[in-house]
Amino acid sequence: MKTKLIITTGAALLFAAGVLANAQRDAIVASLASQAGVSSFNADAGRAMFLGNFTGGKEATPSCTSCHTNNPQAQGRTRVGKVIEPMAVSRNPERFTDPEKVEKWFRRNCTSVLGRECTAEEKGNFLAFMISQ
Amino acid sequence: MKKLTTLVSAAALTVASLPALGASPWMVENNTTKSECSDCHMAYAPGFLPERSWLAIMNNLSDHFGEDASLGDAARQEISNYLVAVAPKELRGVSSIAVPLRITDLRWFRGEHGSRLRNRAENNPNIGTMSNCTGCHRGAERGFFDDD
Repeated sequence: MKTKLIITTGAALLFAAGVLANAQRDAIVASLASQAGVSSFNADAGRAMFLGNFTGGKEATPSCTSCHTNNPQAQGRTRVGKVIEPMAVSRNPERFTDPEKVEKWFRRNCTSVLGRECTAEEKGNFLAFMISQ
Repeated sequence: MKKLTTLVSAAALTVASLPALGASPWMVENNTTKSECSDCHMAYAPGFLPERSWLAIMNNLSDHFGEDASLGDAARQEISNYLVAVAPKELRGVSSIAVPLRITDLRWFRGEHGSRLRNRAENNPNIGTMSNCTGCHRGAERGFFDDD
């Protein structure tokens, strides 16, 4: 009886944490949508950006996949050998829940890969792709 | 007696203005530094480079060894202040006009890690580069490197 209660409470807490994470992520997406002036984002465009090769950025990082691999569900590795947890939300529910962190890494990585900051629409498409993964 | 009191309070003031009493240059003890500098690599301890090298690194974060590692002003300032407070002014074996940016290029480092060892580490996918201290030295983040 007690075990059952603990399991039920545990499951409820996990569920609640998931709901909270989703709400935080939704808020980030909604803010990008309002900045971009669009009502929804395009996951396919996000996929194309993730897999694309670019020449405007820094030599060592021509693509997101340089560090993240071409599988969003897999772990990646920084150029210095440190493991990067998967980008796909299904594998890593904590992803894209902290607005400051999201902005920090878009700023850095868009500059490293593209040689410029990403637009709100590009960021939203990218998140839509990772949320679908 | 008054002189002594002045002296003691001056000393106390000096100590109080330091970041932490007995801060170790061999491990990162500032939380912002620890978290921001370990996103992509181990947070290297301040003792490995002279103060001027850390400042050169902190002033060029938008091109950090080929990546954009830029930070907000508050975090950047806090980290710079910490490094300046703890890093040595001069490093043995480094000319006082040199500004080395890579720990792995320092003479002692190359001496300790010969070319055969380098090749072996760089060809091991779990280590990958000589900058990955913890790939071989499990206690590196706590300042222990004597486990090789």
